[in-house]
Amino acid sequence: MKNLLRRPEFGAFAAFALTYVFFAFVTHGAGFVSINGAAGWLNLAAELGIVAIPVGLLMIAGEFDLSIGSTVGAASMVVAIGTKFYGYPIWPMIGLALVLGAAIGLTNGLVVVKTNLPSFIVTLATNFIVIGATMGISRLIANITSSSIVTTDSARMVFAARWGQANISILWWVIAALLGAWVLGRTAFGNWIFATGGNLQAARGAGVPVERVKISLFVATGIAAAFVGILQGVQWNSGNATYGQGYVFQAPIVAVIGGVLLGGGYGSVTGIFLGTALFGVISTGIFYTGWNTDWIQLFLGGLLAAAVLANNYVRRFALTSR
Amino acid sequence: MNNDPAILELRNISKVFGGTTALDDVSLSVMPGEILCLLGDNGAGKSTLIKVMSGYHQPSSGAVFLEGAETRFSSPRDARLRGIATVHQDVGSIPLMSVGRNFFLGAEPTRGFGPFKRLDTVRANQIALEQIRRFGITRISDGNQLVGTMSGGERQVLAIGRAMYFGARVLILDEPTSALGVKEAAIVLRLMRQARSEGVGIVFITHNARHAMAVGDRFAVLIHGKTAASFARGDKSREDVLNLMAGGEQMSELEEDLEAVD
Repeated sequence: MKNLLRRPEFGAFAAFALTYVFFAFVTHGAGFVSINGAAGWLNLAAELGIVAIPVGLLMIAGEFDLSIGSTVGAASMVVAIGTKFYGYPIWPMIGLALVLGAAIGLTNGLVVVKTNLPSFIVTLATNFIVIGATMGISRLIANITSSSIVTTDSARMVFAARWGQANISILWWVIAALLGAWVLGRTAFGNWIFATGGNLQAARGAGVPVERVKISLFVATGIAAAFVGILQGVQWNSGNATYGQGYVFQAPIVAVIGGVLLGGGYGSVTGIFLGTALFGVISTGIFYTGWNTDWIQLFLGGLLAAAVLANNYVRRFALTSR
Repeated sequence: MNNDPAILELRNISKVFGGTTALDDVSLSVMPGEILCLLGDNGAGKSTLIKVMSGYHQPSSGAVFLEGAETRFSSPRDARLRGIATVHQDVGSIPLMSVGRNFFLGAEPTRGFGPFKRLDTVRANQIALEQIRRFGITRISDGNQLVGTMSGGERQVLAIGRAMYFGARVLILDEPTSALGVKEAAIVLRLMRQARSEGVGIVFITHNARHAMAVGDRFAVLIHGKTAASFARGDKSREDVLNLMAGGEQMSELEEDLEAVD
């Protein structure tokens, strides 16, 4: 029991369980607990979750990435302009969008590592630069900032398949979570992530390539954001430079709710996963209660404040001797 | 006292930064199975000397010999790979990581191949616990325990045990006891004696003359970047050592001043 309390995801798990039971009770009979209801909050959580996992890992390594929002929109526009305006087939455009995501991540990583500036500011700037460039370049090329996408069956199968109400994005989210959990918990690279965020000097002293760790994770967040942009583009048959702006703060918020320390060095993929699920439950649960959805923000804000306090406590508790 | 060749020897080392001389013609040798205490006040050049020994700095003049052969450490990593391990007072352990993960940081044991290569946590924990037990830390029984739950002395033991496990022949310990209580310091001093009996050469940097006298075989006192004194165990009294560390007669003057205040 004591060991359970020490785990970073404990708070997120308790909050998730309580919130779920709360909404199940309040929305009694409205379908929140049905399969379709579950598909609803899982769909909502899944796309955020795919970005939140690498963002959370990066936070454990001690850095932020706020540029993910614009990367989502930019990736969707690459696919849209490529397929609709130039008439190229979709798969090479998907490849190009992923390369663009990786390139944005690589740039963030190199700038942060070489200048030692706070990544919060560097990636916030990138977020503006990328959305601005996406809009400007789209205007120059096609005089639009949003466009429909010409998809194919194979692309729809990979990015927009549905079973009942459930989107394939849920499956991608689970895959991202399993991959993230494997890397963080079971590989040497995962050990380096914790060390880089926990004590940079000590990690460097022990021979951990801290720069490479950070840059790799920035590239991973860029690729994940581009992936979500493609997913949304194919699902909605359109690209838009403004897709994904909501994720800029939602991704770090769910990571913190999931027990990731803001200062780095501590956290778990299970926690980030549960934090994202909790976000999905709150966002759709309120809808089922029939209350005004304006309350969602209040809920999230309260939860974030509680999570930061709880994390602080959990960390101190984890550091008490047994 | 010992006819083996020195593991690490510095001959006539000087180090100049800009116009300031931090080290001036310093010579010393680290013998296997001996504890060399490096004493001196703040600013006496101890840190610079450690940095020359561990490859952070290149000497401006003079030569470094490793097991009798003249050499040059291109980086701290180079020095570490050749058996010169430096353990600093604070840095070195990561509080929110487990004992096993800390111990093997940067040299993680893995099992499996290709994409299924994974950390061998069981082996890491087992070896880490064995190593710290060897040096008398028996309170820690779970390798998954976070290092932040260990005391300062236990962390020093973990860091030193780690360096020895990875083949250190020279241990440079930078103020390992200065932040510790009496009992904790005793654990670390005992560990140093054990490491000495295993043939490791130790450079013990300290402010604390009592700790130095308790384990030291040879002593070197630095003042203003020069070797002010160099002597073997038993050659000087504790008082003499204290005076030397504080820069000659100043200590007794200080005491007189303090008495005058009373």
